[in-house]
Amino acid sequence: MAVLSFVEVADGKIKKASVEAAYYGSKVAEGLGTDSLALVLGTISADELATLGQVGIKKVLHANDARFNNFDSKLYTKAIAEAANNAGANVVVLSFSNNGKLLAPRLSVRLKAGYVPGAVELPAFNGNAAVVKKNVFSGKASAQYQVSTEKKVISVNPNSLSPVRNTNTAAVEAFTATVTDADITTTVKSVDKITGTIPLSEAEIVVSAGRGLKGPENWGMIEELAREMGAATACSRPVADVDWRPHHEHVGQTGLTIRPNLYIAIGISGAIQHLAGVNGSKVIVVINTDAEAPFFKAADYGIVGDAFQVVPKLIEEYKKFKAAH
Amino acid sequence: MKILVPIAKVPDTTSKITFTENNTKFNPDGVTFIMNPTDEWYALVRAIELKEKQGGEVVVIHVGRADSEQVIRKALAIGADKAVRVDADPTDAYFVASQIAAHAKAENYDLIITGKETIDYNSFEVGGMVAELLDLPAVSLVQKLDVENGVANMKRDIEGGTETVEVKLPLVVGAQKDLAEARIPNMKGIMAARTKPLTVSPAVDADKLTTIISYAVPQKAKECKYVSPDNVAELVKLLHEEAKVI
Ligand SMILES: Cc1cc2nc3c(=O)[nH]c(=O)nc-3n(C[C@H](O)[C@H](O)[C@H](O)COP(=O)(O)OP(=O)(O)OC[C@H]3O[C@@H](n4cnc5c(N)ncnc54)[C@H](O)[C@@H]3O)c2cc1C
Repeated sequence: MAVLSFVEVADGKIKKASVEAAYYGSKVAEGLGTDSLALVLGTISADELATLGQVGIKKVLHANDARFNNFDSKLYTKAIAEAANNAGANVVVLSFSNNGKLLAPRLSVRLKAGYVPGAVELPAFNGNAAVVKKNVFSGKASAQYQVSTEKKVISVNPNSLSPVRNTNTAAVEAFTATVTDADITTTVKSVDKITGTIPLSEAEIVVSAGRGLKGPENWGMIEELAREMGAATACSRPVADVDWRPHHEHVGQTGLTIRPNLYIAIGISGAIQHLAGVNGSKVIVVINTDAEAPFFKAADYGIVGDAFQVVPKLIEEYKKFKAAH
Repeated sequence: MKILVPIAKVPDTTSKITFTENNTKFNPDGVTFIMNPTDEWYALVRAIELKEKQGGEVVVIHVGRADSEQVIRKALAIGADKAVRVDADPTDAYFVASQIAAHAKAENYDLIITGKETIDYNSFEVGGMVAELLDLPAVSLVQKLDVENGVANMKRDIEGGTETVEVKLPLVVGAQKDLAEARIPNMKGIMAARTKPLTVSPAVDADKLTTIISYAVPQKAKECKYVSPDNVAELVKLLHEEAKVI
């Protein structure tokens, strides 16, 4: 028996969402009284791998094979399933990341394992059955999924739990996946990274603005507030539709779903399709001139006021706070 | 080119979501059901565009009962050529994926395009499962898809950017926004849809790997704490001391 966490790498570093998945895997292993292993595919330094010990991983299986440096769902699935079978893993944990969203269902089929996508809490075990909570209906409800298959696959919603770190280092062991070049199906032609900004999906603080800002020329203060707070910027759909802001900033039912610790919504009415993408945020602050804006119903803190007056003051007050802390 | 588009039926986004039988069953009473938005707007429309350019056929498949006919006819009205309905309740993603894979196995599709997720269970499951059942490559969160000489060129989302990839057909694609512009069915399409073939087939045996044992709706609406626009310092203080997020 073991719990295997699949850990993703980007630019030589372990992805934040994967650290959370590894922590989740370790907690599941602890609960079951079994080993907590991690699998990493592709080029990465041994020092970086050893840091997985801090979130409870005992041993890292590392396939140091450059063929894994590009994501290929079929190739990866084969390698992860092999590692899981070799290790006798009865639970495989992934991140509900862009790659994990495709790998986990493939693994579920390959391992004949029941799968819970986007878990937001640790599982409760009841004999061999695991019960796991996930959000459904675009955040309007949650559901308890029961999985009774012998093997189980769980993917973890990013930002659902905060890893507690210790000072341990993980042992690193070489893993050779029996894949051949014929297993490679995907050729990566180019990668476009949006540089200089924090990826929205990983940001702990998000400053978001909508049509209330009147025009693209007014986003200077939004970007400044985000820069001061170390936040990512986001926007409502109509703002992206008219190209005031880039499409990758659009959150909501048709855009990205995010779960930051703090979501600051400025000049956004709070339509249900917008809320669908942000209602998992831990704390929501709403700044809107209209006291009746529906967003206030979903807010923890609200300021009924004009963004053009409130936001510059907020920048100023935040700067004072930062200087004092 | 032969393209298969699986379509799901989901509650309209604005529906009030409630449960019955002690919060163990979803309550469909008073809920308007629609075609899953990413299936309709992006997967189906891009499939039709590719067919219009390169010839071939677009087939939609739906796992559900007779009351799904309206959703299927809409897909035909938008421009799919024919439809298959697997007559069964879509009990879980693995069951649904098994039905789609069983159909696709016999038909040799060049492309299977699904929406990236359904807006009811938000699971991103069916496409990946179908790909694994058919041992096919798959690319998800695709915002651009072109096909030339048997190779699909795609742009997909990665955290903090995009990646352009090439994969040989056949493959499974997960569609998201920007892949196509939604189409509204016109009168001609609606008329034509009435006579396009809709085959009803029985389900194949498949395990059900997961069970939802209960649902919960968030306890109560959040209590918003208001801060005066003249006292923004108070907000910063609350975020630090009370909410502890800065
Ligand atoms: C099928 C479907 C899918 C959709 N998907 C999405 C989605 O994914 N994401 C999304 O965001 N939307 C989506 N929408 C659109 C959504 O319904 C709303 O129309 C949209 O979110 C509104 O954007 P907004 O809040 O920026 O603009 P508005 O609704 O116009 O709101 C602007 C707000 O700014 C306030 N305001 C004005 N001036 C000021 C000022 N000076 N200071 C402070 N506040 C001010 C106003 O009081 C108002 O509340 C979707 C719609 C449909 C039908």
